[in-house]
Amino acid sequence: MADNKDLKIVLAGNPNCGKSSLFNSLTGLKQKITNVPGTTIENKVGKFRVDGRKIELIDTPGTYSFNPKSLDEKEAVKVFFDNPLPDAILYVADAANLKRNLFYFSQLAQHNIPMVLVLTMLDIADFKGFEIDVDRLEKELGIRVFKINAREDEGIAEVKRALAQNQFVPHYAFGSEEDHTHESHFVSINKLLNKTTTLKSKRELVSNKIDAWATHPILGYFMFLVVLLVIFQSVFSLASYPMDWIENGFSLLSEWLTAILPDGWLKKLIINGLVAGIAGVVIFVPQIAILFFFMGLLEDTGYMARVSFIMDKMLRGLGLSGKSVVPLLSGAACAIPAIMSTRNIENWKDRLITIMVTPLMSCSARLPVYTLLISMAIPSDRFVGIVSVQALLMLGMYVLGTAAALVAAVVFKWIIKHDVPSYFIMELPVYHAPRWKNIWINMWQKSRSFVAEAGKVILIVSVVLWFLASYGPRVNESFSIREAPQLEESYAGYFGKAIEPAIKPIGFNWKIGIALITSFAAREVFVGTMSTIYSVGDEENFDQIRDKMRKDTLANGTPVYSIGVVLSLMVFYAFAMQCMGTLAVVYKETKSWKWPAIQFVYMTVLAYIGSWVTFNLFGQ
Amino acid sequence: MKLTELDIGQIARIQSVGESPFKEKLQEMGCIPGSLIKPIRKAPFGDPIAYELEEYTLSMRKNEAETIEIRPLDPLFSS
Repeated sequence: MADNKDLKIVLAGNPNCGKSSLFNSLTGLKQKITNVPGTTIENKVGKFRVDGRKIELIDTPGTYSFNPKSLDEKEAVKVFFDNPLPDAILYVADAANLKRNLFYFSQLAQHNIPMVLVLTMLDIADFKGFEIDVDRLEKELGIRVFKINAREDEGIAEVKRALAQNQFVPHYAFGSEEDHTHESHFVSINKLLNKTTTLKSKRELVSNKIDAWATHPILGYFMFLVVLLVIFQSVFSLASYPMDWIENGFSLLSEWLTAILPDGWLKKLIINGLVAGIAGVVIFVPQIAILFFFMGLLEDTGYMARVSFIMDKMLRGLGLSGKSVVPLLSGAACAIPAIMSTRNIENWKDRLITIMVTPLMSCSARLPVYTLLISMAIPSDRFVGIVSVQALLMLGMYVLGTAAALVAAVVFKWIIKHDVPSYFIMELPVYHAPRWKNIWINMWQKSRSFVAEAGKVILIVSVVLWFLASYGPRVNESFSIREAPQLEESYAGYFGKAIEPAIKPIGFNWKIGIALITSFAAREVFVGTMSTIYSVGDEENFDQIRDKMRKDTLANGTPVYSIGVVLSLMVFYAFAMQCMGTLAVVYKETKSWKWPAIQFVYMTVLAYIGSWVTFNLFGQ
Repeated sequence: MKLTELDIGQIARIQSVGESPFKEKLQEMGCIPGSLIKPIRKAPFGDPIAYELEEYTLSMRKNEAETIEIRPLDPLFSS
């Protein structure tokens, strides 16, 4: 190409071929995630410059063929129908598994678009005894072929230069003029590989030895359990430090704003609405980021595929599939990115059920609520053997959420009618040492999508709720607004009282009613609301709220927060759909309001019944 | 002979892939007549099963493996 125009190049290849590593090596951190309008589907675009040419590299999800099976793969293929068409395709192939990796290549080669082929995983190919004659491969295909090692940045510069200068359309004939079946393509690939590769020796990979443990009928599950325990322990212990800094940072910000801003409604909107809303989003980032770091680590090393493998049979009986493991576990951080990660589940029904039940997993927003309630109801010095009752109850809440998700899945399995049978045809990739760069970038991007998707909704709802909690109707004058002297006289207070008859059977009073309403911003707003109700004007302090709630008594002198009420409240928070951000994402992912509506109704009904049973079991 | 009838470690060549909603998926994963396949490991409860297919490991459920017809190689060449 003689002219110096900017190039649009698509990065394509199978899953697990080292595509992300190459993308990260080529573009560094100069990546942009662009949302496809109306969906949450994301395109990663990175830019770099070589020999004075600007290259825009579009990453696509890993795909096995040009006939997409899952939503992820549909997105991958869509770029080849774009206008204008990409100027070239950078195809990444796993050298240790060349035959299958070249199948998608052979389909893309039909499109008359220049291609560059990059071979990765040469260390594994070498270990397996494969030798690849790159010069011969270049001659046969008619395009440039490179061996790279993205981990060490070897060969990256040559690839960049080739992208800018030497672009050729592959001339090797895959299949024949009239025959483009899968079989005919594989026949051509075999012929090509016979000419260009040799197999010297055959050695068993360490992978197989690890798998003997990881997929063992007893040890396999035990290993998974230990991995989970280590992850959750680290999430809690590591996240508490940055969460403290964030909390302190925001309270300093509020103090500073209180000092410099002129009094008035705007000041209150900024401090109690906006700043409080942003703080409510940011406070979750450490836990979510750390959990996604571990999820990324498990996926990158290849262990997650083994978990899917050993869990598939059990989950299948419940209407889910082995591929539901990742979304369900991510749900323990935040349902929003978890639901977005269902896109690689091919079967629509499996995917839908996973989406519908994931919000029942105990997400990080429920934790502050549980922590407050448990510490209020159970003395910290009570033990069963050596285990504290508080810790046991917290664990119980996680078990309850998981059990509810699994039971709900079974119910949906019976209700949702769908004829296409699900399948579980999945590659078990070779184990890798962690590719830290990929894991960090993945963690950063997932956390960002949480802030972007959940943040918007939480912020808006926070501001609306701030208004409802700060203002109320003027007595005797309908349609006029005044600042409410107390929460009780605000719109939120009136709503709380209005729903009191409905929530009385499950043990809640109007104060809790207010908190249920404000929790629609995010569940943890419960804690803030309680502190507002019980300490108007006071400094917010966790211990103080707890003590004040403890001292609150009914007319007959018994405490309001009896064990029955506290447990009922915890069950309600475990089951109820109180997250607008999740509903918004479910709408985007299913492209219909039907499913978020059903989700909202079923979870709320479940919460109400669950709380009613709990309240009546544990005394009033 | 069906793929599910193979013992762990027994090598076979794929003869044909039967009609099913996932036939195309199996093909693009490399289940093509002539390919070498060997069951290497069963998940707990015997399902799904991991196969060594040519150069990589593919996992599939029993009912999926049942659609694949194979011919075992001479035991002398099996490992």
